[in-house]
Amino acid sequence: MNKQHEVEQFLYRQADLLDSKRWQDWIDLFAPDGVYWMPADPSHKHWDGVPSIFAEDRNLMDVRMKRVLHPDAWSQRPMWGTNHVVSNVVIEKSSAKGDIEVRSRFHMMELRRDDVRHFAGSYTHHLKKTRDGYRIKLQRVDMTNAQAAYDYVLQVWV
Amino acid sequence: MLQERIPDLSKCVEPDRVRREVYTDPEIFELEMQRIHEQVWIYCGHDSQVPRPGDYYTVQIGRQPMLMVRGADGRISVLYNRCPHRGNMMCGDRHGNAGDFFRCSYHAWTFQHDGTLRSIPMMESGYAGTRYGRDNPDCSMKRAARVESYRGFVFASLAKDGPALAEFLGASRVAFDDMCDRAPAGEVEIVPNCFRVIQHSNWKIFLENQLDALHPSVVHQSTGRAAHEVEKQIEKRTGKAPLSYHMLSAFATVTIDKWDNFQTLNYPYGHCILTGYMGLRPKDPDTLAYEKVMHKAYGKQRTEEILAVNIHHVLIYPGLSVQSPLQQLRAVRPLGVNRTLTEIWHFRLKGAPEPIYRRSLAYYNLVNSPATLINADDLENFWKCHQGLASDGGDWVSFGRHHGHDVEKDGAVETAPNCGTSEAPMRNQMKAWAQYMQA
Repeated sequence: MNKQHEVEQFLYRQADLLDSKRWQDWIDLFAPDGVYWMPADPSHKHWDGVPSIFAEDRNLMDVRMKRVLHPDAWSQRPMWGTNHVVSNVVIEKSSAKGDIEVRSRFHMMELRRDDVRHFAGSYTHHLKKTRDGYRIKLQRVDMTNAQAAYDYVLQVWV
Repeated sequence: MLQERIPDLSKCVEPDRVRREVYTDPEIFELEMQRIHEQVWIYCGHDSQVPRPGDYYTVQIGRQPMLMVRGADGRISVLYNRCPHRGNMMCGDRHGNAGDFFRCSYHAWTFQHDGTLRSIPMMESGYAGTRYGRDNPDCSMKRAARVESYRGFVFASLAKDGPALAEFLGASRVAFDDMCDRAPAGEVEIVPNCFRVIQHSNWKIFLENQLDALHPSVVHQSTGRAAHEVEKQIEKRTGKAPLSYHMLSAFATVTIDKWDNFQTLNYPYGHCILTGYMGLRPKDPDTLAYEKVMHKAYGKQRTEEILAVNIHHVLIYPGLSVQSPLQQLRAVRPLGVNRTLTEIWHFRLKGAPEPIYRRSLAYYNLVNSPATLINADDLENFWKCHQGLASDGGDWVSFGRHHGHDVEKDGAVETAPNCGTSEAPMRNQMKAWAQYMQA
């Protein structure tokens, strides 16, 4: 299969799993040592040891998922949903083994209770080629409005 | 008019309950800004936020946009963020460096870092014979009436008169002493990142929650349980889970009845302290290595005294919540009667090994970031609280838990043993509120 097409399909599926709240399936897209990272500062190069909006390995992703699914997660009670659009997919690097670095742009609209919020920015994915397809080593999310004050908070991954 | 609707504000506060208008009335909010926030000492920032001359941070005091700025002589000034010429905001960025002087972007009036007028374009020809010029203090940027700092934490008051900072802080100084003493070098350094989160609720609802020991096991059950489950899984696999899981799982493992074991201490001016589990002393290699460095800096006995300080939260009324053992603070900036901004910072203990900083960082990321695993449920409850107060279903907010069991001691109100979930801190805050509002 054409690599560009294959990676685009992967990125669309990643976003679709979030929008359809299939949290475990989404977490399973990550390699065992995979990390989801939303930097607090766009100049940061590595997630370890600096303030971050999200910096989660699979254990912490598990905590977040279990929290969201808990019946007493009060903030999750109101009607809540997201819609991602992913685009501008550019393969930046690829290795002989088939691992790639890919950049894309996203726009996420969120509805919570009666309030709509918009978040947009770029994804950088470090993907590892495995027998079962790509697995995420790093999903870096640089949100254009990450630096602005948050009107309420983010509860799940963007 | 407020005067017609509520002729006597003091009637809004009784020892164990408060009228709901105190939280919802826009005119009471305006009056609070005048009589409380624009009078008392408000936290502006930490010394290390503005290390070089010209470095500034903007800060909101009550309704006033202000600037905290470092001068060439090293002194910190707090100025109204306003050009005296036509009222233009001087600094439009949240922070930056002004260079050798401030320069207004509208008509290029320039000012020293302490606000003194430096130059006006073509001043001699333009202003000869007028009342404007260097001799007129109204042509300089206005300064906050008073600026003082305590162990590097800078406060300003917009009122000429009032208690000195040290007197105002009183026993709540422990917030800064505890934080700084835990550093082998005796001081902390800010990590230059501010998380800013807006709550759709009155500012007092946030402050009252900070020392509310009954809420954690109700509100944070979901995260506590989730973290506890994963903590157990990690322990099974590797023998030891990182301390950050304990910080989260404690919200579930410290059950509702156990929170009564903690104590609240309530002081004049509305300040309060909640003692509690953040003072825990793990015995892992990182902690032991840190204790060794502390022994070198302070000696064994003093180290023990420092590490025995057992604090969960210190609330410095009306605008600061400090978690000293984890070097975090949240500054509260009221934006409107139902909108409140929190500015959240954390600090490095100077001279402490890196793993100790990582603890503070983990808490900052997990609890205090905009993707918080904890505050999401708080903010949801604050919103509901504010919405509920619009209801005619009742006129009072009750703070009656363990009322009548408070113990007065040396000017402080301590909760009796086994009354950790007492609503004494809310009673104390409202007592101060009523005193300020009377003025």
